[in-house]
Amino acid sequence: MHLLICGGTGCKASSSDAIAEKLKLELAANTLQDEVQVILTGCFGFCEKGPIVKVLPDNTFYIQVTPEDAAEIVKEHVVKGRKVERLLYVDPTKKTTIEDSKHMGFYRKQMRIALRNCGFINPENIDEYIAREGYQALGKVLTEYNPQQTIDIIKKSGLRGRGGGGFPTGLKWEIASKNPADQKYVVCNADEGDPGAFMDRSILEGDPHSVLEAMAICGYCIGASKGLIYIRAEYPLAIKRLKVAIDQAREYGLLGNNIFGTEFSFDIELRYGAGAFVCGEETALIHSMEGLRGESSNKPPYPAQSGYLGKPTNVNNVETFANVPPIILKGADWYFSIGTEKSKGTKVFALAGKINNVGLIEVPMGITLREVIFEIGGGIKNGKRFKAVQTGGPSGGCLTEKHLDTPIDFDNLVAAGSMMGSGGMIVMDEDDCMVSVAKFYLDFTVEESCGKCSPCRIGNKRLYELLDRITKGEGTMEDLERLRNLSQVIKDTSLCGLGQTSPNPVLSTLDNFYDEYVAHVVDKKCPSGQCKSLMKYIIDPEACVGCTACARNCPVNAISGERKKPHEINQSICIKCGACMDKCKFDAISIK
Amino acid sequence: METVKLTIDNKQVEVPKGTTIYKAARKLGIDIPVLCYMELHDLGVENKPAGCRICVVEVEGRRNLAPSCATECAEGMVVKTHTTRVINARRTVMELILSDHPKDCLTCPKSGRCDLQDMAVKLGIREIPGQEYAEMSTYKKDFSPSIIRDVDKCIMCRRCETMCNEVQTVGALSAVNRGFMAVVAPAFEQDLEKSPCTYCGQCVAVCPTGALTEVDHTTKAIRAIADPTKTVLVQTAPAVRAALGEEFGMKPGTLVTGKMVAALRQIGFDYVFDTDFAADLTIMEEGTELLDRLTRFLSGDKNVKLPILTSCCPGWVNFFEHNFTDMLEVPSSAKSPQQMFGAIAKSYFAEKLGKKREDLVVVSVMPCLAKKYECQRDEFKVDGNPDVDFSISTRELAHLIKEFNINFEELPDEDFDRPLGESTGAAVIFGATGGVIEAAVRTAYEVYTGKPLPKIDFTELRGMEGIRSATIDFNGLPMNIGIAHGLGNARKLLEDVRSGKANYHAIEVMACPGGCIGGGGQPLHHGNSAIIKARMEAIYREDAGKPIRKSHENPYIVKLYEEFLGKPMSEKAHHLLHTHYFSKKKDIYIK
Repeated sequence: MHLLICGGTGCKASSSDAIAEKLKLELAANTLQDEVQVILTGCFGFCEKGPIVKVLPDNTFYIQVTPEDAAEIVKEHVVKGRKVERLLYVDPTKKTTIEDSKHMGFYRKQMRIALRNCGFINPENIDEYIAREGYQALGKVLTEYNPQQTIDIIKKSGLRGRGGGGFPTGLKWEIASKNPADQKYVVCNADEGDPGAFMDRSILEGDPHSVLEAMAICGYCIGASKGLIYIRAEYPLAIKRLKVAIDQAREYGLLGNNIFGTEFSFDIELRYGAGAFVCGEETALIHSMEGLRGESSNKPPYPAQSGYLGKPTNVNNVETFANVPPIILKGADWYFSIGTEKSKGTKVFALAGKINNVGLIEVPMGITLREVIFEIGGGIKNGKRFKAVQTGGPSGGCLTEKHLDTPIDFDNLVAAGSMMGSGGMIVMDEDDCMVSVAKFYLDFTVEESCGKCSPCRIGNKRLYELLDRITKGEGTMEDLERLRNLSQVIKDTSLCGLGQTSPNPVLSTLDNFYDEYVAHVVDKKCPSGQCKSLMKYIIDPEACVGCTACARNCPVNAISGERKKPHEINQSICIKCGACMDKCKFDAISIK
Repeated sequence: METVKLTIDNKQVEVPKGTTIYKAARKLGIDIPVLCYMELHDLGVENKPAGCRICVVEVEGRRNLAPSCATECAEGMVVKTHTTRVINARRTVMELILSDHPKDCLTCPKSGRCDLQDMAVKLGIREIPGQEYAEMSTYKKDFSPSIIRDVDKCIMCRRCETMCNEVQTVGALSAVNRGFMAVVAPAFEQDLEKSPCTYCGQCVAVCPTGALTEVDHTTKAIRAIADPTKTVLVQTAPAVRAALGEEFGMKPGTLVTGKMVAALRQIGFDYVFDTDFAADLTIMEEGTELLDRLTRFLSGDKNVKLPILTSCCPGWVNFFEHNFTDMLEVPSSAKSPQQMFGAIAKSYFAEKLGKKREDLVVVSVMPCLAKKYECQRDEFKVDGNPDVDFSISTRELAHLIKEFNINFEELPDEDFDRPLGESTGAAVIFGATGGVIEAAVRTAYEVYTGKPLPKIDFTELRGMEGIRSATIDFNGLPMNIGIAHGLGNARKLLEDVRSGKANYHAIEVMACPGGCIGGGGQPLHHGNSAIIKARMEAIYREDAGKPIRKSHENPYIVKLYEEFLGKPMSEKAHHLLHTHYFSKKKDIYIK
């Protein structure tokens, strides 16, 4: 029997380490420590209900476990074989408990390729990775295929870059392989920077060897003996596990000289980023690794021609690499059979926002947004109405009700005015103001622009200012025209992907929620009641009994009135905190 | 050579592979507007960060617009340079750049010579939408002794960075901060004074806006002229006369020595002297020092340092004080001509006039911005009174002439005043790379060998090559001479000397590409080396036309030694004409 406990960053923050310790103590107290193993794994994905404890072999899925629950799990489940009912997941619609995770709505439609080992193995133990076919793909490639044959498999599989660009991976490798040089580099882009995204972090925390193995395969294909992982320093757990994994792989001879007794030698080092979003762009990433300022440069030359230290360099994202070993082992045809016509395989998404099942999911390409949001995601929180979903992070757009049945793939999302991006997916409900949402993302890109090219450096700032004016009720219809023109020019003229996509949240909300912009500009109203400058708290003199509760609780003394007579709010003082409305027992205060 | 064929604005063109769209268009006579882009033809330096995005064009089949300065032509490419999409994009981007640029053009030092201003005119910008609520990025102004950084006006073209890092390898300027607050500045946004800046002024020479300008000394100079208690002397450096005419529409290479002297008199200087006089003096001191070191070296003195390095370029002096602190004993201890002039003017000449040094004001006209710093160095002051009070650049002098309403083109030629206005051809060539060492050789040869020079022109020392070397036969002694211009080349040469790879007796270094004729205070040449070459030819032309062409034959120099200094490197000469160097190496600590 195995007890698997999520050891990802999220569950660790909810004391999963302590749960593991407690479980071990309880097992020892029952002298079961040799029969039952407690393993800290990578992320299970169902972060909403973490910390998770999974019992194998029966797949029992305990949610929101605390260290105090450890004794009961051991006493009841392990010793007596009785499941702890109160820790099981309750299906929100049927209201019945589900014991086996396979039957949970969150997992039913998922398909795990990149995340295949996350939540199953101890990421700090190479043997567990090897036990699940780990490093077999590398062995197979080194002993059975030449580099071009391997590239052909990747090309045939249809794998496209998962960092956002969607460039065919096999083709990228082929280009790098054909540029002759004395030294080439394989770079893993682990500079995950989208707000709310944690796909790459989870893979590195849960299955670091899959990335190392794929990098070695890539090195073999392009003729590189050196791999570099560019990872943000804010990912300490991922860094720690990568270091452990690299050490173990070296110890096993899976990295280093003459791997599998062949001529092929490959080793990997880590490079740390300081958390600049733009360093996810490959030329900026390479400059950062070289110790230069983290800013993009014009392409061509592409990294495949002149990359790190001027040498041909192949840059792939973490998730792209994680897909490679299964493709080698199961074949290109298997992978090609999954997904849509032009987007093959699966995609990992970080589900976040106003959704019931916040977490990390992996779904086959072609699944609809509706399935993701309402089946896997369990629908909108608190029974609210779905309004929009933002895909692709700050570079993506907001999609609406009418896009819900669009099959998710690279091209469909772009056609709909958004993009796949690296896989952030933020769900919004009726309470979200779309102008504010666009402003939120622009705030992010203004911060994260490197400042090299003028449209991105100044243009995004001006977009933000326009949006800010609109949310304050100072915008004009002319401003809406300016917003659109400026957005288009920024997209059209910016140097790198950051500026070429940063106006997407503005353009997609303008397209899909134009009425909401007009309401802010013409009616000076925020339909969602989010823009503070545009709302007013009003006391209905008919309903007010003059109890003075509101006046006593107002933090800025904006409310005046005599006892037992209707009160009034001085709008010039009011800070719109809503404390009065909370305190009023007579429903006399409303927002206008 | 492999070529590609493409179509630009419906015209076919064939260009070598690797040519950018911008250059291919120029071949067709289509001038795509560029702002950040800069090409320094013969220095082999191109600044193309593709940052401003003004030069964008439409390329068929491409999703977004392409920066023509950095996009290479491809076979069959179809390019359109002025579609409505392109025009709208250019104009919008320009409006954005201007929305974060101060609008004080009327009082901006770059007004009328500003690339940004020109571009705004070209693109027909009449208003900046939303300017009234657009936030501007603001930074503190940085006043160094030579260069003013008004970074609010920086448009991130990165030209200065290219000059400072790639050409000069000084490394004082680079981009700092991110996004809207991104700007070019010294590391940690320190002031220039705290950076390894040498004040060579090459950044100022290429800055398209008023972000980098020289410190103004003209106002102070005019005030001194207006003060009846002061006697104001002016000295003019050799390179000024070869370039000043350009500011008045004359052809590069026009010599305007006589007009310049006349103009300076009209401005009101009491004495118009020539730095060239001091250049001859420099040769006497530096040449003697060279021979002294050489003879001691040849007689086996282990303490003597060879090669001897010239020390007349203040940018170069700053550079080695920052970067070669282990070699401070190597350069000649001779002061620069500017400072020698000041020292002699405020001693020898003051005595002749019967005035106190405080009553004399010495103004220099220099092709250089580092001279502004040099004249303020403490070691060049006597009781706080500087040997040279103010230093104005060639560009500033042109302004002054225009301000004084002088019709420069029509001026009759006039001669320098005596005694500090007489000079030889050897002094004139100080203005071009290789000139100082050639002047030194002319004198040192005759002094060392005791024989007259068989030929005066040492063409082997001339040219535009970044690093040059030649061996001159000193009557059986092969004199190895090295020359570098541009600090990047100087660094290479010095590193070879440091590592023992290079073996020279004497090395001349000039901080600016081309020497003083390409100085940071000269009329802007925009990297066009044809202009620099024309100035160089003018310099050698002036030399060839001089009746006396060896410094030691200058009768007024001879007289100066007889009457005042004694002999070269005498105690008095040492006191007045020699200096020492300091380590400016900085350790930067991050708190």
